[in-house]
Amino acid sequence: MSDATNNGPVLSADGMPLKRSLAKALRREKLRALMLIAPLLIFVLVTFIAPIADMLFRSVENNIVEDTLPQTVVALKKWDSKSGSVPDEPVFTALAADLKVAVEAKTHTKLGSRLNYEMTGISSLLRKTGRRVDKWDLEKDAPFKEKFVDVDKDWADPEVWAVIKVFSSKYTSGYFLNAVDLQKTPSGIEPRDEDQRIYITLFMRTIFMSLTIMFSCILLGYPIAFLLANLRPKTSNLLLILVLLPFWTSLLVRTSAWKVLLQQQGVINDILVWIGLVDDGNRLIMINNQFGTIVAMTHILLPFMILPLYSVMQTIPVTYVRAAKSLGATNWTAFWRVYFPQSVPGIGAGCILVFILSIGYYITPELVGGTKGVFISNRIAYHISSSLNWGLGAALGAILLAAVLILYWAYDKIVGIDNVKLG
Amino acid sequence: MSLKKTMMIAGTAMLFAGGAIAEDMTIVSWGGAYSASQENAYDIPYMAKNPDVNIIHDASSNEAVAKLRAMNEAGNITWDVVDVVAADGIRLCDEGLAMELDADTQLAPAPDGTPASEDFGALMVADCFIPQIVYSTTFGYRTDMVGDTPPTSVCAVFDTTAYPGKRSLEKRPINNMEWALLCDGVAKEDIYDVLETEAGQAQAFAKLDTIKSDVIWWSAGADTPQLLADGEVIMGSTYNGRLFSLIAEQNQPVAMLWDAQVYDLDGWIIPAGLSPERQKRALDYVYFATDTQRLADQAKYISYGPARKSSAPLVGKHATLGIDMAPHMPTDPENAKNVLLPNYEWWADYRDDLDAKFQAWLSK
Repeated sequence: MSDATNNGPVLSADGMPLKRSLAKALRREKLRALMLIAPLLIFVLVTFIAPIADMLFRSVENNIVEDTLPQTVVALKKWDSKSGSVPDEPVFTALAADLKVAVEAKTHTKLGSRLNYEMTGISSLLRKTGRRVDKWDLEKDAPFKEKFVDVDKDWADPEVWAVIKVFSSKYTSGYFLNAVDLQKTPSGIEPRDEDQRIYITLFMRTIFMSLTIMFSCILLGYPIAFLLANLRPKTSNLLLILVLLPFWTSLLVRTSAWKVLLQQQGVINDILVWIGLVDDGNRLIMINNQFGTIVAMTHILLPFMILPLYSVMQTIPVTYVRAAKSLGATNWTAFWRVYFPQSVPGIGAGCILVFILSIGYYITPELVGGTKGVFISNRIAYHISSSLNWGLGAALGAILLAAVLILYWAYDKIVGIDNVKLG
Repeated sequence: MSLKKTMMIAGTAMLFAGGAIAEDMTIVSWGGAYSASQENAYDIPYMAKNPDVNIIHDASSNEAVAKLRAMNEAGNITWDVVDVVAADGIRLCDEGLAMELDADTQLAPAPDGTPASEDFGALMVADCFIPQIVYSTTFGYRTDMVGDTPPTSVCAVFDTTAYPGKRSLEKRPINNMEWALLCDGVAKEDIYDVLETEAGQAQAFAKLDTIKSDVIWWSAGADTPQLLADGEVIMGSTYNGRLFSLIAEQNQPVAMLWDAQVYDLDGWIIPAGLSPERQKRALDYVYFATDTQRLADQAKYISYGPARKSSAPLVGKHATLGIDMAPHMPTDPENAKNVLLPNYEWWADYRDDLDAKFQAWLSK
């Protein structure tokens, strides 16, 4: 008996191996912890993760063509889209049958809007055809090919059929290709026409301007946070209110205020003309361009830089700088070698906040950005709320999300995410 | 009994009473002066007639299409009647998000018995859309900045030598492309045929190129009035009602350039998929709100023309300013000498394509 105890696994009081018993206890604990956070977890999953996943899924989803024209899609499989000829009668017969059902359910116009994103004119083509197909008899009125061409000669255009065929699969890369200025054609992936390329430019501009805004925020916010952290509490509280007051003011009010200040007949130009620095005929253009967007957004996002900086700086003991100085450091050395490294976690937190907020901003750029100061988010907003091209909007959003995650990963590699502190 | 307790009981009693009597009906519109005109002309008399209906206002019309689609997908439609522009009305109809109506049986006939479909005439642009007002997008100019020769033609916008200074245009292709072609010598009736071709589009962009550096692009209807009031622009396009309030209500030195104004429509749709009782209530409201007298009444509060022919003779004076409203209507014969009619079907086809090109052109 004693031999077995010595050679076998260590047992707990109830005769179970200790390892298992420990694992069981730990599992119970983990389960309890999970139960405690379950409400929050479910809440986040249902209200945050699931909608985002659903929206991102739309960037590849494309079952509308197959759902609306099931027989046509099957019939088109035999047709070669590169042949340059129009499909044969069976395809038209299938289309007539499909459209008859679709018109009944009023889904043909929806399909028209979807395919119109890919080829201009399909929207009205389907609307027009739908009105006529409704009156046709599937058996008596055959053959249909000539009838369709009679309704609109576009049905004799192989390109229309190629678009239907290319976009007939359940999932498509079309939206993602559109989002990077490419397009899906029967002969493969091609760059879009030059007069339609815009998204790459906008992505680059968004990243570039967000970085500029972030650095301006550091430049302006660091001294303020330093001042706040090193003044007597009474004075610094007063100053902190000055930082927070604009933070609590409506975004639109602040943006409009910048318009009043920066426009050509605005306050700043008036003053410059009055003191003679600027000629009345050559007033400075400071708004409706990139400069306007950067100024307004730096101002709006400044509190997001100052507050983390301030709370980190408050925790830096004054004695360190004093010790450095007593050991012979100049003011600059003491600041740069001793104080600044300790404030880096605050800069990190502020940068992440400002950068991620600015990359998704669209109200301010829309109002003061003119033509060269708008962001990719303005286009996303347009596709979500105006053109209803949710697939393209989702693809643009997915790329933006991926870009943020990559930057976040790079940040973690370079600076280290543990080096970020909010206080 | 303490005051607090009394109030609580009274409050609860009111809550129950309210729940039993009033039925909520959510009407979505644009907010601001426009919603106010609808409240005065439609909602107040409607609620006086139907004390059991409680109208709730929601100013979400600018994102109505997206929200209706989201509501439809979620299967929970919280809106009863929605005010949208014609292009959105057509799109909602296309997407199956708005209910189709039969104008002659479901809308009020004119006082002389003319059926509604004839009274509205060509303005019934979709089966789901009940027109309400005709508004126009037109130009206003600063009277103190144009010298002795105020502009009389829309082409003054493209003439930077005679009228130097900034102008404001809407940040989208619709209307701007038409004006550009018109001022580049294309006849009014050929505009859409020309715009359909690559060469025609290039021609329009080339014309816009000549003033590109002098344009401030707007996206909110309030932008141009503000830019005009501040003297930031010499002329700019916006909705005629915005210019009316700038001129008549705020007395700014601004005048209307009615030339080549582009008509557009605003009207009601009823979302598809409402419960039968809500649908019945929404139809009842729309029947009342789009009758001849109601449409004429709205013109007392805002300078948009009633969509019914039979309402025009009933348009009176402004409710507070006391000025005659007829001369301020886009449909007034004096103002409507040269009018552009947008081709909704054409734009439904070309909107996505031209918008992409327009945005690419802007960012160049």
